[in-house]
Amino acid sequence: MNRTPRPVRGWTFYGRLFAATFELSAFTFGGGFVIIPLMRRKFVEKFHWIEDREMLDLTAIAQSSPGAVAVNASILVGYRLAGLRGTLVAVLGTVLPPLITLTLVSFFYDQFRDSRIVSLVLKGMQASVVAVVLDVVYVLARGLVKQRELVPILLVVLSFVAAAVLHFNVILILLACGLVGALTTLAGHDPRDVEEVP
Amino acid sequence: MTLLKLLWSFFQIGLFSIGGGYAAMPVIQHQIVDLHGWLSLPEFADVITISQMTPGPIAINAATFVGLRVAGLPGAVVATLGCVLPSFLVVLALAVLYYRYRSLKLMKGILAGMRPAVVALIASAGWTLLVLDFWKGQRISIDLASIDFIAVGIATVALVLLRWKRINPILVMAGAGIVGLVAYCATGAG
Repeated sequence: MNRTPRPVRGWTFYGRLFAATFELSAFTFGGGFVIIPLMRRKFVEKFHWIEDREMLDLTAIAQSSPGAVAVNASILVGYRLAGLRGTLVAVLGTVLPPLITLTLVSFFYDQFRDSRIVSLVLKGMQASVVAVVLDVVYVLARGLVKQRELVPILLVVLSFVAAAVLHFNVILILLACGLVGALTTLAGHDPRDVEEVP
Repeated sequence: MTLLKLLWSFFQIGLFSIGGGYAAMPVIQHQIVDLHGWLSLPEFADVITISQMTPGPIAINAATFVGLRVAGLPGAVVATLGCVLPSFLVVLALAVLYYRYRSLKLMKGILAGMRPAVVALIASAGWTLLVLDFWKGQRISIDLASIDFIAVGIATVALVLLRWKRINPILVMAGAGIVGLVAYCATGAG
């Protein structure tokens, strides 16, 4: 199969994978999609372990599967990079930060909940998360526009309205777009290869 | 016995919370508050608040918190395991299918259709966060007094640092936390 070569799977690799997932999980507040932009920067831009399109495919799978998106995404990235062993390392890295933090927090439950300092720091961090997400949306949208095809751009706009304005079910949106993709393929349109990165 | 109950309960939470995040909340509440009475409703609300303030998915946070309460550290580990197990099984199965069939023409078409949707979903999540952070009333208004200018400033500077200076997002976020603390304290806002 013609895909980006897997990185060498030695101790250094597993150490890096663990450190990367641990760091990503430790700095992802509120869960959900926020971890995807951070993962993309790490695994696509920094390590060059995964390609942009593949990352989007993995995100679609992570989002439509049961459980937390962050956990699902690390299962996929781990599996992609080093099979079952990679999955275990990535999941451990993802699950440990909340496990440790919540254990500590539950000891100082009342003080933590009422701390003004904690809530102000978190407020500042949340504002920067907006920037992290917007940055990634810009990069991904630019990639789509460069394809110069009508259907993907139309799908982005419609999906955004369906999700942000109409609050449609996320899985429904993914399935509908998948269906459109399948129909255009059956109608004779040749879909681009995963490996063809613009 | 308690550990088994925790495992099974959080296995169901993991299995039925598709879409993650807030989609998981009603499922968690049903299992933990209504069914087993492991937490009271106000305690459950606290767990949600703490989840938003600490790293990690809500379900994993709830698993750790409830597990600790009910059976100490083993409880936390077992509950977390139960929460992750369904993902493990389903996602791995899908991953195997994806890598086996993604070179099929039809599969490529489906994925090509889904990719724009994922971009839109990330944008939508960003939009929700933006509204939540920039407008104190949590809904858009043209009233200037309701806009949190500190948050707007932090986000703008952060975007410049990320996009044009290519600074590590983790560093940007940590810096934003410190700036937020100082700025909100200095202005008496927040």
